[in-house]
Formats: sequence, structure tokens, C-alpha cells
Amino acid sequence: MKNTSATPLGPTAKRSTPSGGLQAWLPRLVLAPSVAISLFFVYGFMLWTFVLSLTSSRMLPSYDFVGFGQYARLMANERWWVASTNLMIFGVLFVVICLVIGALLAILLDQKIRQEGVLRTIYLYPMALSFIVTGVVWKWLLNPQLGIQAMVQSWGFESFRFDWIVDPDMAIYTLVIAAVWQASGFVMALFLAGLRGIDDSIIKAAQLDGASLPRIYLRVVMPCLRPVVFSAVMILAHIAIKSFDLVVALTGGGPGYATDLPATFMYAHAFTRAQIGLGSASAMLMLGGVLAILIPYLYSELRSRKHG
Amino acid sequence: MPTLKKTTLALALAGATLATTAQANEVEVLHWWTSGGEARAANVLKELMEAEGYGWQDFAVAGGGGETAMTVLKSRAMSGNPPSAAQIKGPEIQEWGELGLLGDLSEVADAEGWDELLPEVVADVMRYDGEYVAVPVNVHRVNWLWANPDVLEAAGVEMPTTLDELFEAGEAIREAGFVPLAHGGQSWQDATVFESVVLGGQGSEFYQQALVELDPEALGGEQMVAALEDFKRMRELMDEGMSGRDWNVATAMVIEGVAGFQLMGDWAKGEFTAAGLTAGEDYLCAAAPGTEDAFTFNIDSLAMFRVTEGEEREAQQALARLVLEPTFQETFNLAKGSIPARPDLDMSEFDSCAQQSLADFQRTAEEGGLVPSMAHGMAVRADVQGAIFDVVTNYFNDADMPAEEAAERLVSAAQAASF
Repeated sequence: MKNTSATPLGPTAKRSTPSGGLQAWLPRLVLAPSVAISLFFVYGFMLWTFVLSLTSSRMLPSYDFVGFGQYARLMANERWWVASTNLMIFGVLFVVICLVIGALLAILLDQKIRQEGVLRTIYLYPMALSFIVTGVVWKWLLNPQLGIQAMVQSWGFESFRFDWIVDPDMAIYTLVIAAVWQASGFVMALFLAGLRGIDDSIIKAAQLDGASLPRIYLRVVMPCLRPVVFSAVMILAHIAIKSFDLVVALTGGGPGYATDLPATFMYAHAFTRAQIGLGSASAMLMLGGVLAILIPYLYSELRSRKHG
Repeated sequence: MPTLKKTTLALALAGATLATTAQANEVEVLHWWTSGGEARAANVLKELMEAEGYGWQDFAVAGGGGETAMTVLKSRAMSGNPPSAAQIKGPEIQEWGELGLLGDLSEVADAEGWDELLPEVVADVMRYDGEYVAVPVNVHRVNWLWANPDVLEAAGVEMPTTLDELFEAGEAIREAGFVPLAHGGQSWQDATVFESVVLGGQGSEFYQQALVELDPEALGGEQMVAALEDFKRMRELMDEGMSGRDWNVATAMVIEGVAGFQLMGDWAKGEFTAAGLTAGEDYLCAAAPGTEDAFTFNIDSLAMFRVTEGEEREAQQALARLVLEPTFQETFNLAKGSIPARPDLDMSEFDSCAQQSLADFQRTAEEGGLVPSMAHGMAVRADVQGAIFDVVTNYFNDADMPAEEAAERLVSAAQAASF
């Protein structure tokens, strides 16, 4: 949505013909339904969720207002804090590791190697799977009695242990493993496209100046890729906050509720525990989290465009 | 073009209206009996209705625990168009009653003598504000212990009757190279084991105080601490791959002879039956250790929504009557693995586990050991239940949390959940 300002509507609007009235209004008329639908179904429902978060709604929405009571209850809820902490751990690790692995893969693939197209497809392929599939596959791989641990032990390393998924303290990291596996190929594709977009002459100039290859990548190429990094962070952060299917498929929130995330917390409370008020409050805080990332980004993007 | 569009729109609207509005002498029933045996059993009710000249509109929403079905039901109720009847159970009936959406069944209840027919504890769940608003379909017993006799023989142990015997038998089974207790690490399964341990170790009176009445002194007291410690010991009988395992996979471990025991409600019998096993020979059933004088029930019921039209109301009343009639009760419960909600039926068709279940049901109903299952939403409201689940499952999976702290958390969970 943030790119709409860049779409070239200008020329059509400026053209003045005898039947100019309709011509001028056409773009607006065409857009109006989708704008109205977005306003109602996206922003209208956001507003409704906010209203519900101020009520004592239990099984069905009610309009018995209790101020910020639901937020206070949420803050006192042990499980909410587990979910929020998990999101921080998961979000940060997921974004950083994906960026590092994606950038490395892209740089390696960019060395004019043979069969690049095949390799690119291989790395990108996990993105084509749904998180549910990824979750189920990794659930089997990580199951101590079926997967990696059992396999290595059957090779004779009896003392080998890899039981993170059943360990409440480590289970959250299994989510990171599966999510990184899924998304880093996509980040690689983004970076590769960015790398291909860099003007060769800059690199040649740096080479003439005698810079080493790592230095060129660090000082010349990476700064040029700033917009790519931004887009990747935006998309990955969104995936992290919205992560729901991966948790459901991989750990079911368990062991206990050790891998609960705000999204699964919201679903459990609003839909299965007759706590629509509390669920709405948690949804609003998630929205706050998204805005906290989105607003600085939009701000910096719009500002740099004006000046640039 | 515009005319065509209009026609299509009108047709679509008409179709939608037809699909969602029950005809006058028809009942629309929302349920999640969608697995093979269940669906056949529900079909019996449909045929009974049709034989009396009423229409039946099926509104089945798949999804085991009924979460999806409940979401659909809520949206239908909010838009002012609830079905005539829906599969709602336990304290949730009270919540729907408070919203003023349920209809009165007193006429049928009086005519059919439900007060005499149903045990008082069961009838209580079906009433809102003193009047019947729902009709029980079946009774599941939750406190069952299932066992594989071959494993028990190999380990040289008998069916345990107390918790201590279970722990001893478990030790022997582990030494013989089997998993003592098959379990799935999901919060509702943890809670199922937990409530059986509370009942088995502390008795039904304490169970009633703590998990039904939510008495803070019982929830946080010494007896609860002892129960929580027993519960944690159960973990030693389980294998490490249990996390996130489905209950039927755990049952399969007993069937295949990988594990000795499983603590699970009588729906597990469906798995044994489907594997072609015979009760009492290929698999054993007994009350969970220490609970032979108690019975935790989980009753499926159909709640009736308030309808205005005379004919639809008549159909609805007929539905309520037919549900409790012997034909449906017998067919349905044979398929479902549960026992009939009315205790006066001939049980010769049922297997030995179901016969024992019914005998225990009648006996405990008289002696006072009949208690609602907390883990299956019969004892407390969904929010309190959820908060208790959180504490129980967290304590069970956290190696460092002392039982005293878990007991304190249970007290605050019971208080904090209600707003």
C-alpha cells in the first residue's frame, strides 16, 4: 500500500479532453469501491476490535465498558508475558539469522558460478511450502524418538542429544530453526536481485583502487543494498509477528505453553476460552507492535524520498 | 447484462436464505459428529425425526473439539439466526442461557418424566434457571485406565487399583522394556491425567471442593500440593517423545504393545474397537487408580435455542423427546463408545467396559461420587478452565516449579479468570 504514491496516475488525470469530466473522475471512481471496502473491512474492524478491548465481552461481544481493565488483566497474565518474550526472542533471531544467511548465500551465488538458476531454485523452494508443512516436517525431524536424535544415536553416538522440542527452555529455538529454513532462501532472492542491480562500474572502480573482495562487499555493495535490507526486515518482521501456523503445526504452543506467541495467545483466548475482551486487547497490542515497526520505516522512507 | 446480474444476485440471495433458514416443521441441528461412526449415529436421529414427519437439516461443522463449530454458532447467534439445536455442553449451557437465547423444554420434560429418569447431577447441567433447556445425548466416563494385557504379563504386574500400585507397576513395566504410561503432551491431556490423579489420591469430596467449587482453601491447600506431587511423578512413567502427541497416537501405543497403560476417557475405546480388539481380552479397562468409587462424567448434550414459530417449536420438542428415547440412546452410544444418558436401558448389547461404566455411573450417582470433569468443560466455565489448564500444563512441563507454587497459582487462576 505504501507504494501507491509512486504509481503514475498523474498523466491520466492531467489530460484534458472535451469529455474531460468523466476522464478526470474515472480513476477515482474505479478506486472508490476498493477504498471503501478497505476502510470498512480493515480499518473499521480494527476500530471495532479496539472498542471490544474496552468491554467485558466474554463469549459474545457485549458493550459493557470497563475502561482499560482488559489491558490490566493482560499485563497481569503470566502467559501473555511468556508469549511476548517469545516473540522478542523469535522475532530478533529469525530476522537477523535470515538476513545473515540470505546475504551470504546471495553473495556466494553472485560469483558467476555454473548452474546458478538450479541452485537459486533449490534455495528458494522452501518459500513455496506453507508454514504448516514446514512445521509438520520439522516436528518429525526434531522429535527425539523419530528424527535427528534417533538417527545420530542409531549411528552409534549413544550420548547424542537434540531434544529441544520437548525442553520448555529450548523449544522456542526450534521455531527459529524451522522459520529460518523456510524464509532465508527468499531473503537470498531479494539480495541477489539487489546485487544484480548494482552498477558494475562502481565495483570496477573499487577494484582499480585496489580494494579486496570482502572489503568491496562490506563498504561498497552492502550500503547500496540498504533498501533491500529494509524491505527484507519489513517482510520478515511481519512474518514473525503473524506467526501462528508454524507454532500450531510445530509445537502446538507446547511443551506446556512454552512456545506460545501473541497470535496463538489471542486465538486461544478470543475463540476457545470465551474471552473476547481479553483477546481483543492482546490483538490491539499486536497491532501496536506492527505499527512500532511500520511507522519509523514509513517515516524514513518518505523523508528520504523527499530529500533524495 | 444488468438484468442477468440482478437475477444471479437474487438467486444467490434466495439460495443463501434457503440454506440458512429452517422451514417451519424442520429442525436445524449444529453438531460436530462428523467421524464415520458418529455421523452414522447422528443419522439415526435424523431418520427418527423423519419417521415422525419432521424435517432435519444437518448443520455439521467438522473439527474434533468443536472449536470451529462454536465459532460458527456464535456468528449465527450474533446475527440473530441461531439453529434450532446445537451441541453445547456443561457450564456453557448456562452462558448461553444468560444471553437469553435458549428455549424452554419443560413441557417435554414433564411429559416424559425427565426428573425421575435422569440422575440429579446430570439434570442440573441441563437446566438453566430451573428449567430444562438442553437434553443429554450420552455420558462419557473420563477416569479410565486402559491397559495392554500382554505388556502387563511380560512385566509380571496386575491392573493397579491405587496410585502407589500404578507407580510400582510402572517401574516393573519400564524394566521390562516398555513405556509404562502412554501420554500426549497437550494441555487438555495433561489436565485429564491431573484430574484423575486428584480424584484418585484425594477423593471425590476434595475434587468437588477444589475443581468444581473452586474453593481457594482446597485449591491452595496441602491436599492439592500432595496431588500435584503425585501428578509430577506421573511424568516419570511417560516417554520423552510425548510432547504435542495426539491422544489417539498414545492409544495406538497401548494397542501395539509399546506402552502398558493410558489414562484417557472412554472415547479411547473407539480406537481399540477400530483395531479389532475385544474388551477384557485384547485390552483391559478399569477405573483410574484410586477412583473406583468415583465417576468423572463428560456429557454431550443438545441445547435448544428459542424459536418463535409454533411448528418449528413443535419439531424442536419432538427432537428433544427422541434424543432420550431408547432407540437413539442405544444406537448412538454403541457407535460412540459412551453410555446412555438414561440409566434404565438394557445394556446387553454393550461391551464389558461400557457395562461396568453404567453400573459405576448408577452406583456413584447414589453414593455421591459422580463428579463433573474439569478437563472436559463440565465443571467450570471456559475461561477458568483455560486458566487452570495453563497452570497445570506449565507445572507439569517445568522441572523446577515446586508444587506449592503451582497450588498458589491455581488459586489465583481461579480468581483472575472471571472479570
